[in-house]
Amino acid sequence: MAAIIDIKDLTKTYEDRTVVDHLNLQIEEGEIFGLLGPNGAGKTTTLLMLTTLKPPTSGTALINGFDITKRPDKVRKSIGIVFQEPSTDEILTGYENLKLHGWLYDMPDHLLKERITDVLQLVNLTDRKDDLVKRYSGGMRRRLELARGLMHHPKVLFLDEPTLGLDPQSREGLWRYIEKLAQEKNMTIILTTHYMDEADRLCNRLAIMDKGKIVVLDTPKQLKANLGGDIVRLKAPHLDQERLKALPYVKKISPCDGELCLTVENASSHLQEILTLVGKVDSVEVRIPTLDDVFLHYTGKALKNSDAQGGWTSGPMTGEANE
Amino acid sequence: MSELKGIYALWYREFKVFTRERSRVVSSIINPLLWLFIIGTGLGSFLSFGPVGYQAFLYPGILIMTSLFSAVFFGVYIVWDKKVDFMKEVLVAPMRRTSIFIGKILGGSTDTLIQTMILIVIGIALSFAGILQIHFTVLSILVTVVFLFVITVGLCAIGLIIGSQMESPEGFQLIISFLIFPLFFLSGAIFPIYNQSGVLSTIVLVNPVTYAVDGMRGVLIGRGPQLGQFDPWLDFLVITIFSAIMVAIGTYAFKKMKL
Ligand SMILES: Nc1ncnc2c1ncn2[C@@H]1O[C@H](COP(=O)(O)OP(=O)(O)OP(=O)(O)O)[C@@H](O)[C@H]1O
Ligand SMILES: [Mg+2]
Repeated sequence: MAAIIDIKDLTKTYEDRTVVDHLNLQIEEGEIFGLLGPNGAGKTTTLLMLTTLKPPTSGTALINGFDITKRPDKVRKSIGIVFQEPSTDEILTGYENLKLHGWLYDMPDHLLKERITDVLQLVNLTDRKDDLVKRYSGGMRRRLELARGLMHHPKVLFLDEPTLGLDPQSREGLWRYIEKLAQEKNMTIILTTHYMDEADRLCNRLAIMDKGKIVVLDTPKQLKANLGGDIVRLKAPHLDQERLKALPYVKKISPCDGELCLTVENASSHLQEILTLVGKVDSVEVRIPTLDDVFLHYTGKALKNSDAQGGWTSGPMTGEANE
Repeated sequence: MSELKGIYALWYREFKVFTRERSRVVSSIINPLLWLFIIGTGLGSFLSFGPVGYQAFLYPGILIMTSLFSAVFFGVYIVWDKKVDFMKEVLVAPMRRTSIFIGKILGGSTDTLIQTMILIVIGIALSFAGILQIHFTVLSILVTVVFLFVITVGLCAIGLIIGSQMESPEGFQLIISFLIFPLFFLSGAIFPIYNQSGVLSTIVLVNPVTYAVDGMRGVLIGRGPQLGQFDPWLDFLVITIFSAIMVAIGTYAFKKMKL
């Protein structure tokens, strides 16, 4: 099966800064694909190029078989997007915003009414539908944008930080709806998010982007497995990092929130030895890795406290892990 | 079919926004009326052109002023709109750019025409009350409205062309200084056009707004050296060609428009 999205060398340069750098990526139909990355990684820019709103500096992409630079009109017929920035009309009511969307996408009247009822219910705005959007709260406005993006059931749906600012119930509801769309309608969904739990729960595959490039791409499960062990988090008065590093099953040592995090192969059977070596500990925690660990590992952006003073660092943590 | 629905959607949106922003509408009517009464009465005490008072002479100019400010600003506003508002949603929709442009033009022209229509109604009331010496007849009103419509479409298109090509709203003030004011002051809207010197009179003659003012003044007041100076058909031809060209350029500009 040919990929529904085929990105080829997609590049965007602003003046002398390359914000999306020769991106290559294939996404299959029906996939929920996550695009993660720190602020400014180039996620939104990538989505804006794929949705034909920004011209690439070079390279291109095929969406549903159509080239985004040559047949933007055909591409737009196949896609839907929920923007990171608000794009609903404040001077219209929620209902009017949805109705206009249906008209712009040429939905037949009966389907339009049915879908509006559906999505309003989904985002729990039915009783506020006739209020002007400027009287909505921030989260309500976000929910309306989502409802609008989901309304016309495109082949490919782009969601740029869809759940930013949503309360837990709304997030949960949205997740279920997204899963349903992918399963029942075979819709392809590309989403960006800063919530790792969301990415973990929803995405079939994830790409982590940094500085315009894909750093790593895999299933959430594999990404976690690739870290090569469990996370042991230690707090102790005297920590001898050199001796810990020398242990063969310690894959990586990195500071986390003023404590030390070790990536340890098969931690449960080695814990005793580690503790003996460290001596007195204030606290210890062993857990299986989460996507947060994966994210930190590949992007290295975290509040580090390596010198006991604390401070922001953003250099990549060239780990000792998984050679 | 689908394109028509989209065009209707855009028009509907503009119309709703217009009817809900009452204060904007009120100020767009009050400003021209202030001109008519303050400038019209002030200068009218020692100025008159042709057989009528200055206020009547100024009246067609005031209609044009409303159209000019309202239509051009409407168009240029999309520079904001595409950044923070609804325009982005429209630009990813499966509609032709040409249809988006047409929807915008229709929406903006409707807003502007409603405003000028209100001024026409006020004008008729004033002329009945004997304050304004203008002959309103069915024909003269009809011709005035047609002139206003045609020129408004062209002006709206100019605004949209500029707005679609601008990337940030910074140049906004410049548009007022270098486009709207010259088009207004050098159109014969507030003084007759024949007694101006070389360069200025050339500008007056290439300014399409001149012909809209001239045509309306000819039919609302009369023709003569200080009133309607050109053949009304010539006036009409000029503004039609102007608007057609602007619409053509605008269609092209919209095809090239990016965020
Ligand atoms: N119009 C523009 N002109 C110049 N630089 C821009 C422009 N738009 C975006 N950038 C730059 O491109 C880079 C990528 O921005 P982008 O919005 O794609 O990041 P992102 O991954 O979506 O980040 P976030 O998580 O904060 O949303 C940033 O460095 C940003 O400053
Ligand atoms: Mg972004």
